[in-house]
Amino acid sequence: MIKPLEVTSLTKVFDTPTGKNTVVKDFSISIPAGQFVSLLGHSGCGKSTVLSIMAGLQEATFGGVCVDGREISGPGLERALVFQSPSLLPWFSAEENVMLAVAQARPKLSRNEQRRQANHYLEMVGIAEYAKQLPAQLSQGTQQRVAIARALSLEPRFLLLDEPFGMLDSITRFELQDLVLDLWEKDRRTVVLVTHDVDEALYVSDRIILMTDGPEAQVGLELPIHLPRPRDRRSVSSNAEYFRLRAQVIDFLEHHSKQFQEKAA
Amino acid sequence: MMKLTLRNFAYSLVGIIALGALWWIASATFARDLPSPGKTWEESKVYVLQPLEKRGEMDQGIGRMAYYSLTRVAKGFLLAILIGTPLGFLLGSSNTFFRMFDPTIQVLRPISPLAWLPLGLVIFRQSEPAALFTIALCSMWPTVINTMSGVRAMPEDYRNVAKVLQLSRWKTLTKVSIPATIPYIFTGYRLSLGLAWLVIVACEMLTGTPGIGGFLWQEYNSLIYSHILMCILTIGVVGFTLDRLMGIVETRLRVV
Repeated sequence: MIKPLEVTSLTKVFDTPTGKNTVVKDFSISIPAGQFVSLLGHSGCGKSTVLSIMAGLQEATFGGVCVDGREISGPGLERALVFQSPSLLPWFSAEENVMLAVAQARPKLSRNEQRRQANHYLEMVGIAEYAKQLPAQLSQGTQQRVAIARALSLEPRFLLLDEPFGMLDSITRFELQDLVLDLWEKDRRTVVLVTHDVDEALYVSDRIILMTDGPEAQVGLELPIHLPRPRDRRSVSSNAEYFRLRAQVIDFLEHHSKQFQEKAA
Repeated sequence: MMKLTLRNFAYSLVGIIALGALWWIASATFARDLPSPGKTWEESKVYVLQPLEKRGEMDQGIGRMAYYSLTRVAKGFLLAILIGTPLGFLLGSSNTFFRMFDPTIQVLRPISPLAWLPLGLVIFRQSEPAALFTIALCSMWPTVINTMSGVRAMPEDYRNVAKVLQLSRWKTLTKVSIPATIPYIFTGYRLSLGLAWLVIVACEMLTGTPGIGGFLWQEYNSLIYSHILMCILTIGVVGFTLDRLMGIVETRLRVV
């Protein structure tokens, strides 16, 4: 059976002043519909590059990404991306930022209907009262909520999250992790999360893809996470399975993520 | 920009008084032809106190003279920004375009209005279009350069948002690129307007058209030196006011 999102032998080579740099080599994963998958690895291992190629912002040098068995050739509205920084347009209010996406996904709607829908998505992420505010008037966490609302308003089949909580303080980060988890429980949309936070990956994912260190990063270990759903922070952090998985992930990151490279050298 | 308070105003009086003193001393000692501040006022007050009076083609109140010059500047400036803004956008967004035209622009940029004006007269055979041609050509560059750097300075994030949302070229331009560049564009406009005002005087002097610069040159030829000083002061005050007004627009846009 064809998986809805497949990455096949993905290789990305950058031309640098000092020669060619192969960031990712022969990276393959396949993601079934509705799964919450995390790409976890050391900073700079190329996980964001993989996500960026999935989103269609960069092109693979070899291999590629298929949606429903068809290779993608650029960005698509069925794949919504949330960036590390909120990346809102500062001259538009929260509502207008979301409206921009609504208008792209459903171009035939009247302006009023677009506004109504934009507010619906802002409400989903819990910030309906900030609709008229400019991004500069909002906290980082709230801005990132707007960015999530903007992504959701496309009603995408795949939600691609590129370290979306990396710039937030830990309390806000917890809140947003719970928000994303709640939203996922409701619609079971396929999510690919890039992160370097072990606990975050364990808390939210069905499966963790551990990447080896770059250059020539590839899949190091795939780890299914069978913690009971719906999850909450307290019960997860007192679960023995959680600690076993956590030890396994940390062991990989500390001892095994470099082995592949040494073998290659 | 300094805030307009009573204290700041008192401070700025010091500079004005110092300049006046210097002027008075010069006129009383080594520059015998230079009219003193008092004499200048005495001989020019009719132009200042009846600024809209028209006594002859080249004998009009300073309000009228400034108005003629300002209309000319407005036309030239409008032409400059109509050409300069899209040109800056193209230079900023296309590397190929930049490589093709930047060297030419760098050569044209330092050419003085005094050099362009005769060329304008050769091309258009009339002083009015030649003046506009000169103003536009000389004042365009800050708009071009600032718009270009504005487009270049646009954060990669905005570009990515436009790509991910699959915005059309038109929407990317109107909803993303232009708003992101507007503060830079207006800095360019302000500098361009300042230049346009500088250029107008030279243009009117050479073509002898009615306006503040034309009047200045005529009064020099008629040996009425006090009127030259009046014109100089008027040019300064008008230029200052224009810059202030553009500055207000600019800071408004920067907040957004």
